[in-house]
Amino acid sequence: MAWIEIEKVSKKFGQVTAVDRLNLAVEAGEFLTLLGPSGCGKTTVLRMIAGLEIPDEGIIRIKGETVFSSGEGIFVPPGKRGVGLVFQSYALWPHMTVFENVAFGLQVQGVNRSELETRVTTSLEYMQLRGMEKRYPAQLSGGQQQRVALARMLVARPSIFLMDEPLSNLDAKLRMEMRTEIKRLHWESKATTLYVTHDQNEALTLSTKVAVMDKGVLQQLASPKETYGRPSNLFVADFIGSPTINLIPGRVHEERGEVFFKNEFLTLPAPPEGVLVGKDLVAAIRPEDIRVTVQGERGGIPGEVYSVLPAGAEVILQVKKGSLLFNIRRMGEVPWGMGEEVYLHFPLDSILFYDRGKGTLLYPCRED
Amino acid sequence: MTASWRTFHNRLRFNLTQPHLVMSLLLLVLLTALVIIPFIQMLHDTAVWQEADLRITRAAKPGEWTTFHYLRVFSSRLSKNIFYRPLWHSLETSLAISFLAMTLGALMAWLLVRTDMPFRRGIAVFAVIPYVLPSYTLALAWLDFFKNERIGGATGVYQYLFGVPTPDWLAYGFVPIVITLSLHYYPFTYLLVSGALVSIDAHLEESGEVLGASRLAILRRITFPIVLPALISSFILTFSRALGTFGTPYFLGAPVRYFTLATTIFSNITNRTPAVAYISALVLILISIFIIYANQKIIGSKSFVTIAGKGFHHRLTPLGKFRYPAMFLAAALILLAVFIPLFLLVWQTLMLYPNDYSLKNLTLHFWVGKSTPALAEGESGILRNLQILGAAWNSIELSVIVALLTGMTGIFIGYAAVKGRGTWLATLVEQGSFLPYLIPSIAFGAIYLSLFTNPIGPLPSLYGSFVLVVMVCMAKNLPFSARSGISSMLQVAGELEESAMVAGASWQKRFRKIILPLTLAGSISGFVLVFIATMRELSLIILLVTPNTRTLTTMTFRYVEQGYSQFADAIIVLIVLIVVSGEFLARRLGKRETV
Repeated sequence: MAWIEIEKVSKKFGQVTAVDRLNLAVEAGEFLTLLGPSGCGKTTVLRMIAGLEIPDEGIIRIKGETVFSSGEGIFVPPGKRGVGLVFQSYALWPHMTVFENVAFGLQVQGVNRSELETRVTTSLEYMQLRGMEKRYPAQLSGGQQQRVALARMLVARPSIFLMDEPLSNLDAKLRMEMRTEIKRLHWESKATTLYVTHDQNEALTLSTKVAVMDKGVLQQLASPKETYGRPSNLFVADFIGSPTINLIPGRVHEERGEVFFKNEFLTLPAPPEGVLVGKDLVAAIRPEDIRVTVQGERGGIPGEVYSVLPAGAEVILQVKKGSLLFNIRRMGEVPWGMGEEVYLHFPLDSILFYDRGKGTLLYPCRED
Repeated sequence: MTASWRTFHNRLRFNLTQPHLVMSLLLLVLLTALVIIPFIQMLHDTAVWQEADLRITRAAKPGEWTTFHYLRVFSSRLSKNIFYRPLWHSLETSLAISFLAMTLGALMAWLLVRTDMPFRRGIAVFAVIPYVLPSYTLALAWLDFFKNERIGGATGVYQYLFGVPTPDWLAYGFVPIVITLSLHYYPFTYLLVSGALVSIDAHLEESGEVLGASRLAILRRITFPIVLPALISSFILTFSRALGTFGTPYFLGAPVRYFTLATTIFSNITNRTPAVAYISALVLILISIFIIYANQKIIGSKSFVTIAGKGFHHRLTPLGKFRYPAMFLAAALILLAVFIPLFLLVWQTLMLYPNDYSLKNLTLHFWVGKSTPALAEGESGILRNLQILGAAWNSIELSVIVALLTGMTGIFIGYAAVKGRGTWLATLVEQGSFLPYLIPSIAFGAIYLSLFTNPIGPLPSLYGSFVLVVMVCMAKNLPFSARSGISSMLQVAGELEESAMVAGASWQKRFRKIILPLTLAGSISGFVLVFIATMRELSLIILLVTPNTRTLTTMTFRYVEQGYSQFADAIIVLIVLIVVSGEFLARRLGKRETV
């Protein structure tokens, strides 16, 4: 059973459509990330599930129970939805101690004193916050505040975790640490988790499924691997990956029984698919899939090294061909300097072909 | 059900879980009762025959519509005396006061914030005090010094020293009104301009310097334009405050029949021609609205004041050989505006017989003396005087109640306005709560007088009741507490309440456990400031108090009228003590705001 179901949910703020007839289901135990640029509607989706925002249209179900329906006029308030929420700002109450912050939800539920103390202590212990009970949020580091926010969510034992960019206020090192923490938390609790972020690395590292959104519309819902390897449209292709995927406009031509992809600067191999021939296309290839050589091998396309950007273990190489600039990722060091000539190779099985007008993926098709 | 109806229906259900909607509606009802209805009643009274009119003309038919009052005010034989001349006096004093106060305030701000003048810290401690004192403190001190035989009671120090009567132009009217009120209002400009000066990043000026601009050019081309909006604002707002003030123009103007609109409102009410007073009040309100509208138009988008972030640094302008002269100038201003007047007032209260400034004449009689028939018609010293102690109790009770009620209302307004941001209802509440700002104090009193003199429906007449005085003080202070409520609510990020919602806390619980504790901290200094404002209030309540509800300020007023300057001064000294301790308390509690 899907634990969260969203059916044709729309939400406008004034003239701006934040979410447009969205359908989405999160299966039990899944870690689903809503990923997209800021303003794409991902936070609004999360807030509507929590009950903090009311949709204009649509139905939301949590564990089979309808918590919102515009048609039937159902609205279940946030506290009765059985969800836990962690905000980007943590939203710790500054006038309460760590203990009081975590205990608040249980007090509201009327949990008795001894059980309350056990549960609060357990969840503080779990988040490695023993000894911090009497401190106020302002006396904690960013990472500790984050842990308190998580402890506060855990203590109420919600069946669903909602997290709104919980790591974006942390510095890079702590963020790595907390990613591990959150991943372990999900693995141990098996709680259905909906996670909102604009950071693709976070999405790809943590999730079992990624939902990419843009302008209030769901662009792709797939595993992290598939999202990266086979983006379903040009938006997703361009959004995921750093440096960004290489996009090459052109057309597929058929000459004397052979097919190839061509534009004014280069010719690439193309699959013998009928749907591709004669259309305006965009070929896409990830930076790590382009091979670089010095000598002109067969099929190599000559280009000029535009810049070399070493970044520790890997090097980003930019190569110019006509008005096209290719990003290439290589491990280790590169022997080429700026201004030198190199040859580029594009393996056919790494190239994705998109419809240039609609942006949809035409090849390879889904393998299922 | 249609889609839009369903959307509306859902939204309604949702809003009931977030009760700022309900709260907004209640606040609108409150605003309507406190401001709108009284205003409409006042308009109505100007256009309807009053009982009191029977004394003036037989044509009067109480209760029927008439243009009589308007004609009488704007185009009759009396117009010049009852309207045009006071209007002119109001405008000329307000203009002169605004100009002088702005100049003094801006100069003080610059000296204290941006120069290397010695003793800046020490002087800054007192720079705002004149504004904290009741506005007519200086007027009473002025009378103690310059009073001549024209009004009853003893003559002033001037006459004692020089042996000749003070000329009228120096003792009463335009000159003293402008001087005393300028000294009272300059801190307003000082606060606004020093705020603007502090927020200028010295880098802005330094980049000018790097480009080769001279110091004067930097001051003129960079610093001045940045501060200009604050200057204009303070000029305009000082003008509107000066326009509505009653005490000083009355104490210093009435002896030579120099009336302003504010004082004619008072005398028309006491002379039982209320409709004339209401029309004058209406004119004051219109001028005030126009001024504030002009301020919005002129300043509008031009506020360059950037919120100070980290990394601001300031460089002080070296004054060179002017360092000490500048310091003496600033110190003299504080002496003239605070210490000398207070010294004079205290001295007066210690003099057994007026006009005898020798040490052997000193006495504590007017503070703690028992009643003797030989002195002041047998009134005992103020600390023994039941009437005065009663008034003191009234003042404190009034100020505490008003501070609490207004402060709480401010928090509710803040909640409704911030949670509903962007909806028309929230905008209405926010803007509505600023309406009282447009109504000068004395006009506010007149409005309330017109509405609550008679019973309204089942409500008894509130005139003479403590409730009425509380209501008017609350209404008048609402804009201030709304502003502080909104700003402290903005600090309490929406997510703090939302996480309590997700935890399942009811609205009452959220308000009690999260919102109130968090906003109270930011509001306490606001409470104290409303307390101060109410404690020294005269213009607002002078028309509404009766012997039962009199406060310290209105007692002062009565004693001045009767010529007992020792008592009047002693009470003022008492008010000053309370108010100044409140001010220092507020400073300790939080950030500086203006009332």
